[in-house]
Amino acid sequence: MEGFLAATVIASMPLLFATIGEIITEKSGHLNLGIEGLMLMGAIMGFVVGYGSGSPFMALLGAVLAGAAGSLIYAFLTVSLRANQVVTGLTLTIFGTGFASFIGKTYVGMVVPQEIKSFFRQVDVPLLGDIPFVGPVFFQQDIFIYFGYLLVLVSSIYLFKTRTGLNLRAVGENAAASDASGINVTLYKYIHICLGGGLCGLGGAYMSLVMMSVWQENVVAGRGWIAVALVIFASWNPVKALIGSLLFGGLSILGFRLQSMGIHISQYWVDMLPYAATIVIIILSSTKNKKENQPPADLGNPYFREER
Amino acid sequence: MNGIHISKREDLPKKRETVIRILAVILSIVCAGLVIWILGYNPIRVFPSMISGALGTEIRLQQTILKAIPLIVTSLGILVAFKMKFWNIGGEGQIIMGALAASYVALNMDGLPKGILLSLMALAAMIAGGLWAFIPAFFKAKMGVNETIFTLMLNYIAIKYVTYLQYGPWKSPESQGFPKVATFSDNAVLPKLFGIHIGWLIALLLVVIVYIFINHTKKGFEISVVGESRETARYAGMNIATIILIAMFISGGLCGLTGMIQASAVEKTLSANLSGGYGFTAIITAWLARLNAIAVLFVCIAFAILLQGGAYIQISMQIPAAVADMMQGIILFFVLGSEFFLQYKVNLAGSFRKAKEVA
Repeated sequence: MEGFLAATVIASMPLLFATIGEIITEKSGHLNLGIEGLMLMGAIMGFVVGYGSGSPFMALLGAVLAGAAGSLIYAFLTVSLRANQVVTGLTLTIFGTGFASFIGKTYVGMVVPQEIKSFFRQVDVPLLGDIPFVGPVFFQQDIFIYFGYLLVLVSSIYLFKTRTGLNLRAVGENAAASDASGINVTLYKYIHICLGGGLCGLGGAYMSLVMMSVWQENVVAGRGWIAVALVIFASWNPVKALIGSLLFGGLSILGFRLQSMGIHISQYWVDMLPYAATIVIIILSSTKNKKENQPPADLGNPYFREER
Repeated sequence: MNGIHISKREDLPKKRETVIRILAVILSIVCAGLVIWILGYNPIRVFPSMISGALGTEIRLQQTILKAIPLIVTSLGILVAFKMKFWNIGGEGQIIMGALAASYVALNMDGLPKGILLSLMALAAMIAGGLWAFIPAFFKAKMGVNETIFTLMLNYIAIKYVTYLQYGPWKSPESQGFPKVATFSDNAVLPKLFGIHIGWLIALLLVVIVYIFINHTKKGFEISVVGESRETARYAGMNIATIILIAMFISGGLCGLTGMIQASAVEKTLSANLSGGYGFTAIITAWLARLNAIAVLFVCIAFAILLQGGAYIQISMQIPAAVADMMQGIILFFVLGSEFFLQYKVNLAGSFRKAKEVA
């Protein structure tokens, strides 16, 4: 059981980074359906830089920059040129998938260098790691995962307790009113779309550098789309994003686990659960009408100052 | 953005519009060429090779048309939904469910005469695809549930379900352990006309039908009004919920028909990857065609040339398929960006150079 839950935490990490990335993006009023592409761009650039330099920091930097650069294209098109967000996001996924597949062509089957592997080895947190049950599951993991916990904390504080976080949410709720109150709407959107993209890139890099530690084609395998669903599941809240990621991450490995226990449920049925759960959530959240569980009011609407 | 002033265009002369569109396409090709060059290939050889790979011989032309058919039919389906500003990104799932229903008919009733069997398959596919789109439409119309995510999630449920069937209950005993659904009998395969299955004729007919439906019928008009403004529709006494339900049933039905065409004529069986991303690509083509059925025809053919050309250079010049994907992305980015210049006017108030930096 402990082993399964510890594996769940690992499986949830790519989802967590991408989900928080998309939450930050959507809080600025932009629905980016290019996550899958951004994660792949981050996965390959993280791998390539890591492979070439042997430095984990350079690898992570490469992943963040790749994700941010990809989302910069999206930001330019949707913020400055007011292109349709759905279509632009889908295009970004096509582009990112092609990009990763092309760059990764010569790296297929190559293994992450030893320096990076040992950097992301299991490190037990003193004290916390000794707690029975909780310790082995959550605190005998790699550094990347601890960084994920930190990200949940920092992004929650940023979104809900800081001035800039408040402004960001205002931009997503009502761009026109934010503009009128002196917030630089365009700048906020650009920064947070790129920040979100960078986090998606990190989520991809976790796949290629830590989880698989071998480059393989289409390493992200649809997790970007699950992240889109998780944002709603988490009702735009990073803490709930962690819970959702753990749940969905666990589901993604549950089928094989059950089979090894002799319970024969097809993995394909189990695979459906996250998507079905998301549907149930969006239906329920539309009936409850609780304000904090709703999407940003201006999500998907391009903002044009002279059209107020 | 000091120094430049952006304002909405009141109206744009047709001529200017054409010029901007052509400029965007040329720019995108130049940029895509640049990327090809950076990647170490010669764009002056790649582009002609793509064109020749898509149109050069009769067989290649047929391959291009084979790719255009599902794209056109799906785009028409997407168009009906988008016209209403209902963001149906569930084309993939609707295609799969259509294929599933058609396959059920094909595998269980193959004693029927060909014409009847094929009609039944098409009907089953349209109903299945339509129902798959009806579910999110129902929740949207009655409870205001976000359709973008709902339709997206239904894609994966459909794909997982068909994967389950393919690996489980529907696995053909004759496939020697290989996870494959039984191949259709000849009766369930669409006939050919001029060397290509008659899906091309269906696609052409549907272009005309959808064009007339949207532009010259009451229902089509109502769909456009709901898309333009819910308020107007409500004041005009239209039943918005019913319009959403009907339009989405049609939208999903057309996508479902794509599934039948692909299962019957191309795969000759059911497989989980039969939708081949057409559900997503069709969103882009429908949008680029500015939701006009006639324009869909041309945009989809252009796109099919790009797809087939990309597949061809893979063989002829050993250029990975991924390069074609990237090119697709780049060209789309430019065309999407150019929309801005059709709708807005940019006045350069400051010095030109400064404005250029910003742009």
